[in-house]
Amino acid sequence: MENNSLIILAESLQLIFDNLNSFGYQTIAPTISENTIVYDQITKISDLPIGYIDEQTGGHYRLKKHSKPTFFSYTVGANSWKKYLHPPKVRLWQIKRKAKAMEFVSEETQPPKLAFIGVRGCELAAISIQDRVFLKDKFVDPIYSTRRKDIFIVAINCARAVKTCFCTSMQTGPKVEEGFDLSLTEILDDKKHIFLVKVATEKGREILKNIPYKVATKEDENIAENIIKTTAQSIEKKLDTENIKELLYQNYENPSWDEVANRCLSCANCTMVCPTCFCTTVQDTTDLTGEIAERWRSWDSCFTSDFSYIHGGSVRVSTKSRYRQWLVHKLGAWLDQFGTSGCVGCGRCITWCPVGIDITEQVKTLRENNG
Amino acid sequence: MARKPKLAVWKFSSCDGCQLSLLDCEDELLALAGNIEIANFLEASREVIKGPYDLSLVEGSITTPHDLKRIQEVRKISKFLVTIGACATAGGIQALRNFQSVSDFISIVYATPEYISTLEQSTAISSHVKVDFELHGCPINKEQLVEVISAFLFHRKPNIPAHSVCMECKLAGNVCILVSNGVACLGPVTHAGCGALCPSYNRGCFGCYGAKENTNTSSLSNKLYQLGVKNQDIQKLFRSYNAYTPAFLKESKAHD
Ligand code: SF4
Ligand code: SF4
Ligand code: SF4
Ligand code: SF4
Repeated sequence: MENNSLIILAESLQLIFDNLNSFGYQTIAPTISENTIVYDQITKISDLPIGYIDEQTGGHYRLKKHSKPTFFSYTVGANSWKKYLHPPKVRLWQIKRKAKAMEFVSEETQPPKLAFIGVRGCELAAISIQDRVFLKDKFVDPIYSTRRKDIFIVAINCARAVKTCFCTSMQTGPKVEEGFDLSLTEILDDKKHIFLVKVATEKGREILKNIPYKVATKEDENIAENIIKTTAQSIEKKLDTENIKELLYQNYENPSWDEVANRCLSCANCTMVCPTCFCTTVQDTTDLTGEIAERWRSWDSCFTSDFSYIHGGSVRVSTKSRYRQWLVHKLGAWLDQFGTSGCVGCGRCITWCPVGIDITEQVKTLRENNG
Repeated sequence: MARKPKLAVWKFSSCDGCQLSLLDCEDELLALAGNIEIANFLEASREVIKGPYDLSLVEGSITTPHDLKRIQEVRKISKFLVTIGACATAGGIQALRNFQSVSDFISIVYATPEYISTLEQSTAISSHVKVDFELHGCPINKEQLVEVISAFLFHRKPNIPAHSVCMECKLAGNVCILVSNGVACLGPVTHAGCGALCPSYNRGCFGCYGAKENTNTSSLSNKLYQLGVKNQDIQKLFRSYNAYTPAFLKESKAHD
């Protein structure tokens, strides 16, 4: 077995991009758009948010200049990798009226081969949760599976966390453990700017071809481990998951639901930004001539009234019932349904909730009023 | 083939912008003309074919005693009545007068006020007659209009969701500007339909599609207040194109 732990110069990350591109991958990575970190296609490392950090708290996000020219010192972006694997809006099929019959046209999609660069621990966990939802059991989602098949993943160990991160509670980060081809730990000090690269797959090794490297020493490994440990220790937010399913199932009538419903806008931002939420709605449309009908699928949310609409009306009319559905599904029923929690602790729903409603605080309040 | 359904477009107190959205449907207009008889649409043609009409699109709010009578007539000769735009659906920008005494304005604005015959308030069509469907927006979105007409033609429910602008914003891949830049945005309380037009250009939503279902305006106001928006400016935000939509009216009054 060749060495799986290598050191490359920071600027050699460009060569990883180049190799991926020459292998036919579109390289998707963090970049800045509208003063925010988003994931988008870039080919040059100069388009990474070099020297930026993010500040995230409930309902608040600001990008700031960092004192150091690091490549990955910010944390998770405003959107997640979900948009590539589980697209927000897709046409499922078309029907065209013909003289004596109808012609069904299915969507033949050839999604591009994508490489995700800079995927964090919580995000790897989110991808694995969606793999479980879309690929396992009887029903495989063809849209997800064709997109997921060839994804190349370069993971990153977080060297910094923000106030909304709680991966340590959900056991998903900050250390990346599995589900990637290559992982990086960024090391910058007075003398050097390097990455410690771990090679997890053969595909990963191929991509490193022709990139100058050194075998990592025990000392390099220790430095990297310490960076991850320091990040983990800096995380203050906690979600106590002990008996959480029972807690949620036993507290349907807890008065704290009313309190959160007073603040909740039922705007659905939390579910849209959550990297594990998978719900969709299907709409059939016709054009004005009646010659073409189409079926579209788009992201939906348990915070809308249409979501629970059945003959005669919506089941969840109140904001309270919708917020409760979100929390009970995410942290409770998900365990019954898929064998894991639906939450990876990325904190997006906290940051991007316009009024800063905090999932961890809600659990805390429920515990305090348990019974 | 069965007789083509007859379409009429009616104008009450309005700026004509919503009717223009219909004229703006250049590509779709031909298809429309092939499937529906445009029987009464003065903005497009002076030729009027007598009612009754299968589908009436009503633009504008009720502001005069004459309007009051005319809307009853329109209802009588319309099988299916759809209001288009903020004026018809919520009273429009002209409902701002509802907050003041109209006679005071008249004496200031007009040289011979005695010629002016107007009602105290500007009101939505649904305050006077039964409305079968309300299409929001100031102006309406032409794609949504085509959707409503297509749905009518093929006897299906229109796909016009009543959820927030935030949903459209996220589906479009936008980053929330309220959270990332502290921009005052009404998206979380506003009815979808515009495709998140303003936030896509880094402008806060100003609520021209009216209130979404299940609106929580006071919680959003608290947030705006924390962002440094002054009380009177919060009131102004809720008091514009949809000032008389019940949820916005209640919220703007709370900031008196
Ligand atoms: S939650 Fe953990 S893994 Fe995710 S960004 Fe924060 S520190 Fe990194
Ligand atoms: S529920 Fe919130 S913290 Fe958990 S995975 Fe979803 S967005 Fe992240
Ligand atoms: S929390 Fe709501 S939107 Fe998310 S997966 Fe569950 S039901 Fe769907
Ligand atoms: S919890 Fe926040 S983001 Fe989610 S629906 Fe309520 S207000 Fe919107």
